[in-house]
Amino acid sequence: MTTPPASTPSPADGANRAGAVYARLLHWRWVLMAALAIAIVASTLIDFTLGPSALTWPELLRTLLHPAAAEPTTRVIVWDFRLPYATMAVAIGLGLGLAGAEMQTILNNPLASPFTLGISSAAAVGASLAIVLGLALPGIPAGWMVAGNAFVFAILSALLLEAVARWGAMDSSGMVLFGIALVFSFNALVSLMQFIASAEDLQNLVFWTMGSLSRANWTTVGIMLAGFALMLPLALRDAWKLTALRLGEDRAASFGINIQRLRLTALLRISLLAALAVAFAGTISFIGLIAPHIARRLFGEDHRYYLPGSAVVGALILSLASIASKNLASGSIIPVGIVTSLVGVPFFLFVLLRRKVA
Amino acid sequence: MLEVSHLHVAYRRRAVIADLSLAPIQAGQLVALLGPNGSGKSTLLKALAGLLRPRLGSIRLDGTELASIGFEERARHVVYLPQSLPAAVHLRVMESVLVAAHASALAASAERATVDAVMALLARLGIDHLALHYLDQLSGGQKQLVGLAQALIRRPKLLLLDEPLSALDMNYQFHVMDLLRQETVAHGLVTLVVLHDLNMALRHSDGCVLIRNGKLLRQGPPATAITTAALASCYGVEARIECCSRGIPQVLVDGLSSAAAGLN
Repeated sequence: MTTPPASTPSPADGANRAGAVYARLLHWRWVLMAALAIAIVASTLIDFTLGPSALTWPELLRTLLHPAAAEPTTRVIVWDFRLPYATMAVAIGLGLGLAGAEMQTILNNPLASPFTLGISSAAAVGASLAIVLGLALPGIPAGWMVAGNAFVFAILSALLLEAVARWGAMDSSGMVLFGIALVFSFNALVSLMQFIASAEDLQNLVFWTMGSLSRANWTTVGIMLAGFALMLPLALRDAWKLTALRLGEDRAASFGINIQRLRLTALLRISLLAALAVAFAGTISFIGLIAPHIARRLFGEDHRYYLPGSAVVGALILSLASIASKNLASGSIIPVGIVTSLVGVPFFLFVLLRRKVA
Repeated sequence: MLEVSHLHVAYRRRAVIADLSLAPIQAGQLVALLGPNGSGKSTLLKALAGLLRPRLGSIRLDGTELASIGFEERARHVVYLPQSLPAAVHLRVMESVLVAAHASALAASAERATVDAVMALLARLGIDHLALHYLDQLSGGQKQLVGLAQALIRRPKLLLLDEPLSALDMNYQFHVMDLLRQETVAHGLVTLVVLHDLNMALRHSDGCVLIRNGKLLRQGPPATAITTAALASCYGVEARIECCSRGIPQVLVDGLSSAAAGLN
């Protein structure tokens, strides 16, 4: 409180100036968003050019522009492997970035993410159950059963987290410990299923636990992108309310916000995105944790910008991680989940320690 | 006009407000809500705001029974400012005030809450120079003023403030009370303010409500509500009310009243 109220210099001037600065600020956020989008396109292109089969740039470009004229093997590599793979990195990154951002807000916890609090592991249990037990409903493709079961388990674990946060009156460190307990339990269940699985199923299961983009195809990419495209507007519709929730629960309630309903709908969105991501690529760790932190620094916490910001940051990180995963071991692609874990753990510790200091 | 009659509020089985009725409070009046710790002041405000559901009783604002309208609709007319300060988040002051206006879908305040309106309000509170600062960089007192701006931007009919002065220095305490009185008169609000400083209540309020153990002790103009006897029975203190050299009544506390032991 440096300026006493009596000596405020002509308020109208100040208002105009601050208004102009604020308008510039909003403009700047859009510029930033566009810059990130361009970076994603660039990163996706680089990702696309990398791979075990040494195709040259002209070859790639020709196959991309005239697929019919290209050699069949090259066509398959470009259109069925490289492109879906590179696009899937973006699609999953968008979904996990958005899910993580919403989760950190509704649980008021900077260490929350679908991965750290066990929602991804729960989805992995659901997915592996569907694979090992060969769950099937007439008329529904097996792939859908896997994704559907992943969603059911994800939403159940999300509701459990919400119940514990609400009724257990847990602080954020307590929530993280509870989440870790969930992660361990679900991982044990996945191990159990690996133990009893047939050799063929086992291969499938290992894929879930590592987190890999290598099984991407146009259908799964399409579903993941559609899921994101559906959830983002719904999340943005609640953007003001979510921002108000950041000011404090009692304050948000006094603004007429039904907090319970807000949390529940957000958890549904989070579970859907996390479940889709796990169903198509396994548990890719830490994207949902890191992206919101970077987005918060870049865009602030006005959720109209923070939510899409976190999504694009997530997409960029996963796309870059995908590039790294192709460069770490020559001649082979290591699962991208391993890369995100290697980067994510130090970041997680950094956030944890900085909170302790604060 | 605010009318409260036979209000009962309980947490689980523990009654906090028991059969509380208030004489009608007219629009344009600022009323200080006084009472010792745990007397039910915050509970009363939360019940008026609709954040707690009363067991029994009626709360009418301009003749409308508040329990009969939806939560969001009610929040258009009633704003409650909690005792806690706004959380220290990475949000600019201006944004945090805009959010308050836009938060509920029904809020008509959203259309009014342009950047200019927010800036004008911040200027009246004397914090327009902080408009572009982040909340997580502000002092406690500054955050409290921002919290007040979040409540005022919604232009309620009933304004409920839970200790809005607790983190402010003397200069700002006077400034905020003056401002609250101006807003209350200018927009015809009913303003209820929980205060601990009795001299502030004597000087700045149109009326006082004293409660203890969830029951009404006194209600009336400050000079008649705040008396030696009332303070003894409400707070258990021995106090004098004397006029200072400018003729303004002041509360002077001499110690605990001899009956205090019996009160607790």
